[in-house]
Amino acid sequence: MTLFIQQLFDGLALGGVYCLAAIGLTLIFGVLRIPNLAHGALYMLGAYVTYFFLVTVGVPYVAAIGLAAVVLALLGVLMERLVFHPLRNAPHTHHMIAAVGAMFFFQAVAQALWGADFRRMESPISGSVTILGAQISWQRIVIVGTAVVVLGLLTWFVKRSIHGQTIEAIEQDRTGSSLVGISPSRVSMLTFGLAAALATVAAGLVAPINLLSPTMGDALSLKVFAIIILGGLGSLPGAVVGGFALALAEVMTSTYVSAAAGEGIAFVVIVLVLAIRPTGLFARAVQR
Amino acid sequence: MTTTFSPQRIGTVLVALALLAAPLTLGGEEYVLRVLTVGATYAIAVYGMNLILGLTGQLSLAHGGFFGIGVYVVGLLTTDYHWAFWPSLAVAVVATAVGGYVAGVVALRTHEEYFAIFTMAMGFIIFLVISRWESVTHAHSGVSGVKFPEGFGAVDFSEPIVMYYLVLVFLLGAAYVTYAVRRSGIGRTLVAIRTSEDLARSIGVNVGLNKQLAFAASTTLAGLGGGLFAAVQGFVGPSAAGIDLTFEMLMFILVGGLGTVLGPVVGTFLVLFLFEFFQDFEAYRFLVLGPIIVVLVIFAPRGIVGYLNQFVGRVRSRRANGSRNPGRPHDDRKAESTTDVKEAL
Repeated sequence: MTLFIQQLFDGLALGGVYCLAAIGLTLIFGVLRIPNLAHGALYMLGAYVTYFFLVTVGVPYVAAIGLAAVVLALLGVLMERLVFHPLRNAPHTHHMIAAVGAMFFFQAVAQALWGADFRRMESPISGSVTILGAQISWQRIVIVGTAVVVLGLLTWFVKRSIHGQTIEAIEQDRTGSSLVGISPSRVSMLTFGLAAALATVAAGLVAPINLLSPTMGDALSLKVFAIIILGGLGSLPGAVVGGFALALAEVMTSTYVSAAAGEGIAFVVIVLVLAIRPTGLFARAVQR
Repeated sequence: MTTTFSPQRIGTVLVALALLAAPLTLGGEEYVLRVLTVGATYAIAVYGMNLILGLTGQLSLAHGGFFGIGVYVVGLLTTDYHWAFWPSLAVAVVATAVGGYVAGVVALRTHEEYFAIFTMAMGFIIFLVISRWESVTHAHSGVSGVKFPEGFGAVDFSEPIVMYYLVLVFLLGAAYVTYAVRRSGIGRTLVAIRTSEDLARSIGVNVGLNKQLAFAASTTLAGLGGGLFAAVQGFVGPSAAGIDLTFEMLMFILVGGLGTVLGPVVGTFLVLFLFEFFQDFEAYRFLVLGPIIVVLVIFAPRGIVGYLNQFVGRVRSRRANGSRNPGRPHDDRKAESTTDVKEAL
């Protein structure tokens, strides 16, 4: 029972990270209709930039994550301008190929700046608390708490604020939104910036638990795809539910079955879901 | 096409001559010959990718996985099970053909980006199985001592140069298959599917079946390339099935030219040459190559061979039109997409 509770909290913390990363991806898909294969690379850079601010510059942990999020948001906007904007009328395969190029580039940058070796990021948040006999580290509680707060703010932003609402408008009807004066190009930039910032927050939170490496985004990239397929491409609540569901499934499988099975479950999910429903679970009518 | 000295034909002959003469001019440089032979096995698999991505317009990211299946079928059968090379290669080819067809039944129910994500997951599962199933695949310790093909008569395939020509024969076969498919009704059917599935269906094309056959053909070539790769390398590890390999092949074909007959071989050897050039700072090669991929996709999505074809086509149409229409209209892209069906090599 103690083991189960321990794993439950681990799963929730991981779920918080997955949610934050997956929401960015699902937003980008909703607005631009492209699967951004470089999302995992943005996450990885987010972790390294957080590391840079925390260790090299020496600012406090929360500020480091915030600064890194700003840097990555700018990078996300730049990437939209330089890579995806010129391709907006190209066939869908070209976006994915370009994203792969960007992904390799980011990995090479991280390796050139910080080396290929694993790096450990010490968190200022230490200690743990005992809940129902299970030792839960504060770091994990902070992850879950931050995820909830950020998700709340994001929901407010998208549903209530005027700039956030433009994102939903573009998702629903691109032409219609242009007619009422919403610039699709500006919304694309906003979405990319937001997505990169969210991925950075996720990476900054989880970095003290995991190690940093230039390839840390690869597996995550595929997992967030599994999540947004599970939750429906472009759906925010879907990404949240999918994120927690996949994280719990992963943690439980690696505890009770085997580590390799836990690693592979995300891909099995993608294959099973798409084999049964080729347009994903909860897919809305696809608009072009 | 009617003249004997069309630029495309000259280009084909030049590439073929370069490949045939390469080992002779290198004067016994073992290392370079090895790179060339490995490159040729990749190129065979890239021809497979060309069939599904270049002609049919479906981005399959499971290609490295099927290459890995070919590698491991030959690798494991010739070592742990003491099979001869040729039957092992036959098994690899049949396994990837059947595997591809069966996988295609499910995979091709999905479309566009879903297909790419689905095949990426499929490729990753193949990689996970190969890199984790220790009792069968030896996981990260890999497979060593893969046999050379059995020679006949005076032909001895353990000679690097003979092995090179053997792989080259298969490579020419793959190129010829692509050429034949392009010229046949099947090729036009596939291009029609690439242009628009709905339109193709409306003129009576069996879209599902044709896509499935194209996918199975592509995985078969991946398996063939993989099987030969195992014999050339002698030692193979799980990285021969990785997703990075898929992405590298994607770059090869993009540089060469999607949907062209010469694109895969030109792209593969050119990029491998660049890789070797940047070898001293191998880890950082993507600092240069990453942006190159992006720039190519944005500014030259048709690749080198595609660009040359376009150039030849433009010169020819200008000559045909005489002085009536000296400058082509600005939206070349649309005009090309109709001409390339007919004449691109």
